[in-house]
Amino acid sequence: MSDTASAERQGPPPSDWGPPGDAYWAALDEGRLTFQRCGACGNGWLPPRTECPRCWSPDWRWEKAEGTATVVSWVIYHTAFDKRFQERLPYNVAVVELDEGPRMVTNLVDLPDGQQDLIGRRVELVVQRDLGRALPRFRLSP
Amino acid sequence: MRGRAVIAGIGHTAFGKLPGRSTISLNMEACRKAVADAGVEKDRVDALFVKVPTSRVEMMYGQKLAEAMGMTPRVGGVWDQGGASNISMISFAAMAIEAGQCEVALVTLADNPRTGTRQAYEKPWSDDAIFGWSSVVAGYAMIARRYLHDTGLSPDVFADIAMACRKHGANNPHAQLRLPLTRDMYGDSPWVVEPLRRDDCCLVSDGAAAVVVMSAERAKALNVPAPVPILGFGQGHSSCDVPLRPDLTETMAGVSGRTAFAMAGLGPEHIDVAQIYDCFTITVAMTLEAYSFCRKGELGRIAADGGFEVGGRLPLNTSGGLLSETGMPGLQLVLEGVRQMRGSSVNQVTNAKTCIVSNQGGIMHTHSTMILGQ
Repeated sequence: MSDTASAERQGPPPSDWGPPGDAYWAALDEGRLTFQRCGACGNGWLPPRTECPRCWSPDWRWEKAEGTATVVSWVIYHTAFDKRFQERLPYNVAVVELDEGPRMVTNLVDLPDGQQDLIGRRVELVVQRDLGRALPRFRLSP
Repeated sequence: MRGRAVIAGIGHTAFGKLPGRSTISLNMEACRKAVADAGVEKDRVDALFVKVPTSRVEMMYGQKLAEAMGMTPRVGGVWDQGGASNISMISFAAMAIEAGQCEVALVTLADNPRTGTRQAYEKPWSDDAIFGWSSVVAGYAMIARRYLHDTGLSPDVFADIAMACRKHGANNPHAQLRLPLTRDMYGDSPWVVEPLRRDDCCLVSDGAAAVVVMSAERAKALNVPAPVPILGFGQGHSSCDVPLRPDLTETMAGVSGRTAFAMAGLGPEHIDVAQIYDCFTITVAMTLEAYSFCRKGELGRIAADGGFEVGGRLPLNTSGGLLSETGMPGLQLVLEGVRQMRGSSVNQVTNAKTCIVSNQGGIMHTHSTMILGQ
């Protein structure tokens, strides 16, 4: 319990994008990955923010993502620039593109052993509780 | 405006570990040397353009520096385009001179991330930090992985770039790292963020560099000994986070390069030597392709048989670049371009008459290009 509380205290700085970030994380707490869809131009985006980055409209709504995506690229950290991750080395960070369009940063989990090219591979959402939050991670689709 | 402005003087400090030196002190040393190199009196300088030091960001740094230097500039300010700031500042100085807003401009950069704090390079990125997503190098690694996938190239290309820079740096008495690199050493160097190895990554340095910009006419009137004409410049800024770019391997470097080539009335085939921003080897690869020195994925053709080394097809980063001379972001590449045009480089390219210089900032967010001539 105290571990979780201390991880939360050391957690990431508040979102740069304003209040919509809170609703995004709250939905993940309930197991739903959501993104924003513009009411004016139909653009879909992440990470959460207050205006559409394409047409600048403040008129948008939340939409639930199916949780299926494609790997755009990925890296493996062998150095922990963020000391909270020292004991997880080596760990991966990936960029995936949701089937609905938005891109996001995530981790790939349950990867099989051995090097492989993961770019273009299909992945699916796994919501995992870690560092005091429900995190949207992805594993290779069967 | 082609050739109407010149770089009249250059100056720099030592590069590496300079404990106890403030960025103000480093800037002043570089400026003192640049003004002396141009052979002009300090009081002729009426514009001061300065890149913000990233190791310790403060408000109104330009005015602080001007005060320390006993100046009241007519034009100036602090630029923040990361490593692209330097060429952008030189461009703005040239345009301000052309517009009659000032006559003699100092463009300067100092930073001390090696003995100060390098927090700016290792910062976590907003909410995504919770995935372990942090550091500048990881952003480049994310791009590099996609680049290797899309082009089908092997990391040999990255090794070729690093080997050329390190070979040139080994000859440069001012270089911070004077150790030549072999392909085996490259392959044995540890991963930092895979697929980038230690030897793909630039140095972290304290230091400063400065240039004096004025019109070609004024340089003539003041008997400046070795003015180097600015033939062209351009900029382009991606201004979006790496994960959000529709194509990870596309930036605005191409737009920047084409703008500079158009102004100079030249193409890649006219360039004799290149100083390409090498914060990471991937940056060089993508910049050369964006500048149309080769088609995407065909970089190996230039790299073959030491193509990036002096005597090769496109001599690259002849003072050692950020990988060997100094990781100080960008202005040192302009200084080396000036030396090549003056014929005074330690790795002089025979009969070099044109030099392209690239500056780049963030995770390939910002880009600036300059073409120097004779």
